[in-house]
Amino acid sequence: MIRLEGVGKTFSDGTEAIKDLSLEIKEGEFCVLLGPSGCGKTTTMKTINRLIPLTTGKIYIDGVDTSRLDQNDLRRGIGYAIQNIGLFPHQTVEENICTVPRLLKWPKPKQHARAQELLHLVGMDPDTFLRRYPSELSGGQQQRVGVARCLGADPPILLLDEPFGAIDPITRSRLQDEFLKIQAKIKKTIAFVTHDINEAIKMGNRIALMRDGELVQFADPATLLGSPKDGFVRDFVGGDRVLKGLRLLKAKDVMQEPPLTVKVGESPMQVKAHMEKERMRWAMLTEAEGQFLGWITCDDLQVSRCIRDTITPPTVTASPDTPLNEALSMMFDSAIGTLAILDDGERLVGVLSFEIIHDVLGRQTREFQPEPCGEEL
Amino acid sequence: MNRYVMVGLLLVLLCGVTAWMTSIGEVGIFKMFPPSKVASAALRHMQIVAVAEALAIVFGILIGFLATRRAFRFISPVLLGIANMGQTVPTLAFIGIASVLLGMGYNAAVVALFVYAILPIIRNTYAGIRSVDPAVKEAAQGMGLSQAQVTWKVELPLARPVIMAGIRTSAVVNVGTAAVAGMIGAGGFGVLIMTGLAVRVMPIVIQGAAPTAALAIALDALLGGLEEWMTPRGLKVMKKAQWQQQ
Repeated sequence: MIRLEGVGKTFSDGTEAIKDLSLEIKEGEFCVLLGPSGCGKTTTMKTINRLIPLTTGKIYIDGVDTSRLDQNDLRRGIGYAIQNIGLFPHQTVEENICTVPRLLKWPKPKQHARAQELLHLVGMDPDTFLRRYPSELSGGQQQRVGVARCLGADPPILLLDEPFGAIDPITRSRLQDEFLKIQAKIKKTIAFVTHDINEAIKMGNRIALMRDGELVQFADPATLLGSPKDGFVRDFVGGDRVLKGLRLLKAKDVMQEPPLTVKVGESPMQVKAHMEKERMRWAMLTEAEGQFLGWITCDDLQVSRCIRDTITPPTVTASPDTPLNEALSMMFDSAIGTLAILDDGERLVGVLSFEIIHDVLGRQTREFQPEPCGEEL
Repeated sequence: MNRYVMVGLLLVLLCGVTAWMTSIGEVGIFKMFPPSKVASAALRHMQIVAVAEALAIVFGILIGFLATRRAFRFISPVLLGIANMGQTVPTLAFIGIASVLLGMGYNAAVVALFVYAILPIIRNTYAGIRSVDPAVKEAAQGMGLSQAQVTWKVELPLARPVIMAGIRTSAVVNVGTAAVAGMIGAGGFGVLIMTGLAVRVMPIVIQGAAPTAALAIALDALLGGLEEWMTPRGLKVMKKAQWQQQ
């Protein structure tokens, strides 16, 4: 647990980078420090491992005042990764990863095993990469090694300063996903600096939004999007904040039962009867075990034909873990009104429709905006 | 390896020429320098270069390094200005000034050579350490390397090729400058060259000039090899990768 109490930093040229900031990051929490450039988020992060000394205030880690600790011991217990990675170009990937274990004088075999384990964790083949030098890696690979290095001695706390900042959007998104998976396993206490609201929403358990060295709002992503505290927060999260909120929900959270499913064994007559009874012009066809086959419409259904011939196979399907923003995008993209949600075994478990998402959005806005907050506007 | 074969052939050629000139014995009324004199000139020449260069390496790296530290940042522009300007002053002027201040002889020569040799070493040490990526230093500090560890394990290894290049330049120039030091009575091959010029006997000039050239070439090859050997492997790989990108 990290606790900042009345932290302030004034640089020698008189600029006040942080003003009386108090903040608590709980154990195992992924806390994002968010804000425009120059808002003091990086400075705040660097005060935690004392790369930047405090002017006023105190920082406690697990109740211990960090200013009482030896600065190097403190830093060796905190993982640190930065946007420009800063891998040591004269050292191999293994030596880079083992920087802190080496400082802590771990035995050699343990260091080697740790390097292998960590490369594996970040999705790189140890046999191929341990002996390479940083300049022999792609940008994304360097970033992965940077993350592996900050986990070197298995520190309980990680400070990450835009660690996915300097790479292309596709690789970045993949690294973010992988990092979230890793975090689910290792459950570190994380302070993560970014200026990207989308990254913050995707990664953080809680987001600390800063402006001019002050903490404006410290809340979980849904609250930040749903009830921004003032005009600045509203502007920062963007006009599409309600849509951004969609990515916080997954298909399984809101999906509904399929309105009408028929098994492949049924005869066209029976299916037609079902449709008429339910007043539906289409139905969803599954195998006997529930695997989704496709759509049948009333018009396609002719008594003379076998039911298998009438199927329109699905153009796009989603999984229960698909975020709603992606699901919505898929529906627009393939111009369908109903999206089938399939589990790992291709079995139909639910559907999403524009109406369902519309209801969700309506609920979100109502829930999160109890009072009109127009006074700053 | 081709480079080393060429250097070897050149050295054999230059030493051969020196031996041949020495073996002539006399030209007209003038006697050539005997082998013992040539040998003692060689020793003296190398002694001047070695002493001046060793001092320059120790103090040059130290001063260059200190100039990069925050406490001394304020003098670094002045220092580098001097280092750059100093190199534009002709060597002869340096030696002249030294002989005026310290009198003729070996000491003045060593001091003049030292001052001249230290300049590229200061400049390269400073540039080499300053060129280390700030992100690399920040990462090192952030992971808990002490200031000394950052210097020894990160800054100096990364700056080493640049520092070595400075040493190589200054050492090779020094061999030539040491020949000029013969003018102020410091000994070395300069004595042979100047004597030959004074009496206009070219074989005697060659007797001094050929081994001077040989010494410079040998030293350059030696330090070039050392530079290569001391460059961390990761940096060589980096250079190669950059080459391929171009």
